[in-house]
Amino acid sequence: MGDPDLRASEWDFVAARRRLESKAKSAGEKLTSIEDAGSRVADADRIAVGGCLFSRTPMALIREILRQRRHGLTLVRNLMCTEGEFMMVAGAVERVMTAWMSIGLPWGVSKIMRHYVESGAVALEEWSHLALGLRFRAAAMGVPFLPALTMLGSDLVGVGGMKTVTDPYSGESLAAVPALFPDVAVLHVHRADRFGNCQIDGYPHMDADIARAAATVLVTAEEIIGEDETRRHPDRTVIPGFVVDALVHVPFGSYPHECYGLYEADYDHFAAYTTAIDARGPAAVTDYLDRYVFAPAGFDDYLALFGGERLATQQRLARELTA
Amino acid sequence: MTATPSELLAVMASRELRDDTTVFAGVGVPLLAAALAQQRQAPRLTMVIEGGIIGPRIRPGRLPISTNEMRAAHRAQMLPGITDTFLFAQRGFLDYGFMGGAQIDQYGNVNTSVLGGDYWKPKVRLPGTGGANDIASLCKEVIIVTAHEARRFVPKVDFVTSPAWRDGGDSRRRSGLLFGGVSRVVTTLGIFGFEPESRRMRLEALHPGVTRAEVQAHTGFPLLDAPHVTATAPPTPDELDMLRALDPERRFLG
Repeated sequence: MGDPDLRASEWDFVAARRRLESKAKSAGEKLTSIEDAGSRVADADRIAVGGCLFSRTPMALIREILRQRRHGLTLVRNLMCTEGEFMMVAGAVERVMTAWMSIGLPWGVSKIMRHYVESGAVALEEWSHLALGLRFRAAAMGVPFLPALTMLGSDLVGVGGMKTVTDPYSGESLAAVPALFPDVAVLHVHRADRFGNCQIDGYPHMDADIARAAATVLVTAEEIIGEDETRRHPDRTVIPGFVVDALVHVPFGSYPHECYGLYEADYDHFAAYTTAIDARGPAAVTDYLDRYVFAPAGFDDYLALFGGERLATQQRLARELTA
Repeated sequence: MTATPSELLAVMASRELRDDTTVFAGVGVPLLAAALAQQRQAPRLTMVIEGGIIGPRIRPGRLPISTNEMRAAHRAQMLPGITDTFLFAQRGFLDYGFMGGAQIDQYGNVNTSVLGGDYWKPKVRLPGTGGANDIASLCKEVIIVTAHEARRFVPKVDFVTSPAWRDGGDSRRRSGLLFGGVSRVVTTLGIFGFEPESRRMRLEALHPGVTRAEVQAHTGFPLLDAPHVTATAPPTPDELDMLRALDPERRFLG
């Protein structure tokens, strides 16, 4: 089994803290274009993706990163879905760090993941779901690791190189889950004011920890609210403005993935996508990227490919499901 | 009423859950099993789902296909976030965890990561642990629910994604896992437990019409027997009616 020692830049809390100290933490305007937000990602960056599986995926930012033809990226996400497949087929990513990757039960094991990982083209570094959550949390806390009771005694320990630590009180041996400081966090939220104060409805997933863990934070929001609205309900803010570097207003910014209470994931779209992969393998995804990522000039042109009627149906389903 | 294999699994798994407890349940048969238990012997059972959900209700005809979508959160009591949901288990709040697996060995260890070859270049790459490793590490009691096939029940898993009794004896404890372990394996052929000393899998009960020879033929390692191997009661019409009402589209019941 390969032995990828932990890369020091993942857990180096001193360097991560210095990086944050040297950066502007502005209470000013964060609104910008998707192109500008996407340009904050550099080749070989380690990118943490918010949401989970097909829920609140920052799809508009994923599309933009692909459009800017970044490569050599490491993608980190607790449960990975179609966005990981896009990155693999586009040649943007050389390593993914995740607890699980496919689309969902009805569509079976991801054939794209199998193709790229079994051939050795992309490394899939597997951590347990909680361990990944704790890696983000340790980074969000600014500490090099968190002690935990999970992942011990499994072969996952050898994959990521996790070490153990002796509890100075009881003498027990615990997992020392290392911090993971991403270069960039890409997140999609329900609403934010123009200063980047963000609110999320429904599932929080790991977004708030990811935002604090990363050196640069890029956010798309379904809705831009006024500053008064933020100040009327400060308890709703889960990411404060000084954490955010760039904010873009993108309604349907997760589509065809879901956004809690606003639109349901487009399962028919997933089915058509996987049917094409079953027939033609990665070439089907290349065509998909041409049609849905590279060809549309703007996000509205992208949404037009689904059609207003379909979007309205997914909105209605979401209202019913959360009524 | 003849039960399909999935119905048999859901009914048998649901009977394992006692009242006034909590269960970590994945989507599909485990969630249906937990919901069925709530309607029968365990009305004060709380379901917890990996996507960050505490106390959801099952809405017939709108069953979730993943653990973190709107459908899974239907009428939930709390959405604490994924990390904090697992930390409830680490604290000791989760009595049961349900788990499946591509490979299961005689000590109950489960593989959902890679089959054959090198980890970094495997013959078959599977989706991965998801929350299974954490459930196996942190719940008080783990119940494996699976179809019983020889290719699944192997002497040694290719990769230990989710450890049960590791290499038997006290090796789980020695590997640093202080709590929990797999208590039951519920399959389409019977109910299995583990011999307390060696921690090797043993037959506890046979489902109706199943013989011991049949079970052994579908198991890739020699099975031990519990001191008194019993027979399970077949799913009752009542249980099947309730179960089928939960999944009228038969999305998971086959």
